[in-house]
Amino acid sequence: MEHSVVFSGFGGQGLLFTGQALARAAIKDGLEVFWIPSYGPEMRGGTASCTVIVGDSPIGSPVVDRFDAAVVMNLPSLRKFAPRVAGDGLLVMNASLLGDETSGRSDVRELHLACTALAAQGGDDKLVSVVALGALVARLGWVTPESVRAALREMAGHKRLANEDRWRVVEADLGAFAAGLDAGAIDAAT
Amino acid sequence: MKTEREIGVGDGRTEAELEAGRRSRVLMKGNEAIAEAAIQAGCDAYFGYPITPQAELLEWMARRMLELGRVFVQAESELGAINMALGAAATGARVMVSSSSPGISLMAEAMSYMAGSGTPMVLVNIMRAGPGLGGIGPSQSDYFQATKGHGHGDYRVPVLAPASIGEAMELLASSFEMAERYRTPVMLVADGILGQAMEPVDLRFRTPERHAFDWALTGAAGRPARIIKSIDLDPEVLEKRNLDLQHKYREIARHEVRWEAWQLDDAEFAIVAYGTAARVARTAITRARERGIKVGLFRPITLWPFPERELARLSRRLGGILTVELSSGQMVEDVRLAVEGRCPVAFHGRMGGLVPTPDEVLGALKALSGHHAHTPPPRVRGYEATELFEPDYPAHSGARRGGRR
Repeated sequence: MEHSVVFSGFGGQGLLFTGQALARAAIKDGLEVFWIPSYGPEMRGGTASCTVIVGDSPIGSPVVDRFDAAVVMNLPSLRKFAPRVAGDGLLVMNASLLGDETSGRSDVRELHLACTALAAQGGDDKLVSVVALGALVARLGWVTPESVRAALREMAGHKRLANEDRWRVVEADLGAFAAGLDAGAIDAAT
Repeated sequence: MKTEREIGVGDGRTEAELEAGRRSRVLMKGNEAIAEAAIQAGCDAYFGYPITPQAELLEWMARRMLELGRVFVQAESELGAINMALGAAATGARVMVSSSSPGISLMAEAMSYMAGSGTPMVLVNIMRAGPGLGGIGPSQSDYFQATKGHGHGDYRVPVLAPASIGEAMELLASSFEMAERYRTPVMLVADGILGQAMEPVDLRFRTPERHAFDWALTGAAGRPARIIKSIDLDPEVLEKRNLDLQHKYREIARHEVRWEAWQLDDAEFAIVAYGTAARVARTAITRARERGIKVGLFRPITLWPFPERELARLSRRLGGILTVELSSGQMVEDVRLAVEGRCPVAFHGRMGGLVPTPDEVLGALKALSGHHAHTPPPRVRGYEATELFEPDYPAHSGARRGGRR
């Protein structure tokens, strides 16, 4: 078993953070994992992305031909990664920015999420990528929600923040994740 | 020495060890894991200068070495860094320097001086694409530089090439051991992907034993002065020094060769690849085996000394070898020297910071295994990234098919 997902959007949407939360959750579930950011010239402004590969044996190739899933948070990311999703793969799309845009592919499952509104429900409308992670976990079940929550508790909030402020950030992350988890589960049921 | 370790964490261990490992694993970035492994290996002094994709290694050192009261210097240049390292290493300190390709070129002169004067040091190269300033994408195009090049003179440097972050940490401890055992600089080379990626690693470090050196410059009070130098203007004396060096290199070649064999027992074909390319190859091999192509992986872990005897032995029972590199084809020359025409050796590589995908490698494998059926090699972005040779190579080496344009 080996699964790959790319998180893509623009800098500041929390894509690298969210990918790392998935990677840490995978470790907690006893899985192997590989996390690789795009570190090319785009890291100096513009798009940002990271790839996470999860498996039950040591991860082979760090480059992926076809992604099992893609989280696309803006239009350039949709254009870039929609063609690289495997047939029957999952495309989690940030409808808050993408509106009615579609991938134009009939062989992938599209999940349109109003990430900004859902993140706001959780307490901070900036945590859009964490919402997408929630939906991804609900749909694909590669890792357990409990492990993601544990990872978010470890990672969220700057270490130098006062405890009270740090916990506010953690709560907002957990809220955004829960909102995504619910949205993904509801959408899967319909 | 044959290592049974598989790429990454896990294989070759008991279930209890695996479970203990899983519990203690943490997610670490390659550059940071290498830096921490050096610290845990007892690195006394680190000298560096920032360069992508290696910068986090220096940043980690900047914080941790000061916390521990050890020496960290961000030098004014790569030349400054490595010559400071030479001075520190001459005192018997455990010293490390790191950089990425263009920075390593600047350090080349001092590498020759360290080899000539028998000064131990570990040099980490997180390789990026060249030539010149090139780009910051991952690359293995410094193979020639690492194994044959850098400075002038008749010298060699042991070169270790990990394929995972966990292995990089383990090899770093080995690098210090080899450096001190043989009084030589040792290089650890990884491409930008291994520097930038994160993987779960066991936080179980190894600290090589400390030895008292009878050559280190520790102050001559109460004993005769020691001299560390590479200059000898008397040709007789200098030849003797060179003979001693060559003896040392033979000893290293005899005792330090490392490689990994994977799925080679029943293999009719083999991929020879190291580092990240070996991981891509592993996935390609899994796909090829699903399609009935019996292929395995031969992964050099020491690039020098190159596992030539082991590869030569293997080549006698193979129908062909595919070498995969993130370069125009550098290690493939050593593969061909080892194989000596016993089987065809094909090559597939990408340059400029691009990495071959598993399907690309699978295409090249199909072309090699279906050679007689004239399966065309895959075309990548308008050029033929795969080079195939007629089976009667090398007698008719000019008769190659599908050469690159």
